[in-house]
Amino acid sequence: MSSIITSLSYYFSFPFVRYALIVGVLVALCSALFGVILVLRRFSFIGDGLSHAAFGALAVSTVLGVSNELYVVLPVTAVLAVILLRAGQKRKVRGDAALAMVSVGALAIGYLLLNVFPASANVSGDVCSTLFGATSILTLTPLDVTVCAVLSALVILLFVLFYNRIFAVTFDENFAEGTGVRTELLNTVIAVVTAVIIVLAMKFVGSLLISALIVFPALSAMRVYRSFRSVVVCAAIVSVGCAALGIVASVLCSTPVGPSIVIVNILCFAVFSVLKPV
Amino acid sequence: MEYIKCNNIALGYDGKIILEDLSFSVESGDYLCIVGENGAGKSTLMKTLVGLSKSVSGEVKLSGGVSRKEIGYLPQQMELQRDFPATVWEIVLSGCLGSCGIKPFFGAAEKRLASENLRKLGIDGLKNSCYRNLSGGQQQRVLLARALCAAKKLLLLDEPAAGLDPVATNEMYHMIMDLNKQEGLTVVMVSHDIKAAVNHAKHILHLGNAEVFFGTTAEYVMSKVGKAFLNSGKCGRCEE
Repeated sequence: MSSIITSLSYYFSFPFVRYALIVGVLVALCSALFGVILVLRRFSFIGDGLSHAAFGALAVSTVLGVSNELYVVLPVTAVLAVILLRAGQKRKVRGDAALAMVSVGALAIGYLLLNVFPASANVSGDVCSTLFGATSILTLTPLDVTVCAVLSALVILLFVLFYNRIFAVTFDENFAEGTGVRTELLNTVIAVVTAVIIVLAMKFVGSLLISALIVFPALSAMRVYRSFRSVVVCAAIVSVGCAALGIVASVLCSTPVGPSIVIVNILCFAVFSVLKPV
Repeated sequence: MEYIKCNNIALGYDGKIILEDLSFSVESGDYLCIVGENGAGKSTLMKTLVGLSKSVSGEVKLSGGVSRKEIGYLPQQMELQRDFPATVWEIVLSGCLGSCGIKPFFGAAEKRLASENLRKLGIDGLKNSCYRNLSGGQQQRVLLARALCAAKKLLLLDEPAAGLDPVATNEMYHMIMDLNKQEGLTVVMVSHDIKAAVNHAKHILHLGNAEVFFGTTAEYVMSKVGKAFLNSGKCGRCEE
């Protein structure tokens, strides 16, 4: 036990490990809050689709040599999020089909571009690290951490301020619109925030595993709790706990960060499934 | 006093007109049932009244101090609500959003209104229960309580008895009747249940593919379209 503590304190003396923990916990918190909404609206796979779209956008910006790829990735993902989340009701292509198209389409375009115009010698290494997060979480700069902290604070503030309206729109969009909630605007805000979270989370768990951060905490919480508020609070706590535990485990066992967090989430879901509902 | 006035409006969606030259009005204290065949545009009309979709031509005029935000609307239940983790209290309280304005949270007045409506419908004992564990009749009461929180004068109900057993259906209709008679709420209801409609409503709006009827219930029962519709209902029962 004491050897674990010694080695932990050794690792945490490095700033990049501390940064990883801070960013990880913040991203996990945001994705859990909006994950509850997305799961309840039957958009569990939006995280997957959008993160693949973000991967495609990242590939394009790498090929174009854009200095800060965030300038390309964030707007592209946000626009797609708005289109996809609003396609649910009225469009000719149904929501889930549109999501599947965007998801695989962007993945294919991204990988093709990276292969045809390689930006570095190790293309498959680059692709692997974008898809699975790999080491990028450990190369965070203080600026990354600040940006992430500010964005997370904004996301959480939006969620708290709009909490009652978000609940109304998620439970019954027609009724909410009837009582004067501006559902179009709110849906657009939710879509854009989802895109921001996904782009943030991409650095962290990689684009293939983002869905896990969005879906698992919400599903675990729903196993046990029966009110919307307690599900939201529980999902946030579970997500933060799993992220922290996963990062510590990955540092101790030298496992990749993203998958470690996802595994902790899976275990947590299993435990919550056995627990009696409150 | 007139609350709703429709003059020669045309309804439809995706640019396709399904209902034309529709004129009717709803007075204060009225109980109007909208009946008719499937696909005749009952739900589209309801959505237009609530303000969820626009009429193709003509306009639904609200008057008598009724604004869109003050309409209590009971939509048809959706599949995704059936396993939604939410308490009765959370759902009923969400009906008060219209009176919140730009306030982000509910105040004491909204909470009082929600408690009052829970009591009115006899579900204050279920306040902390989970919505998905309730019976169909109880769920419908919760949604009605939510609609009451938004309704100042006008209640729009889209098939409030859909999917309920006969006992719960009866209770539902009686509750709506009481709200109309005792609370003085004006009720507009879409219904498949033509028997209940002619028993309770003061006016009937019949939307048919061939012909449209609007008048008092007594007139409807004597009219050709009314007789035909009521009788077809009876035959359907005989065959069962």
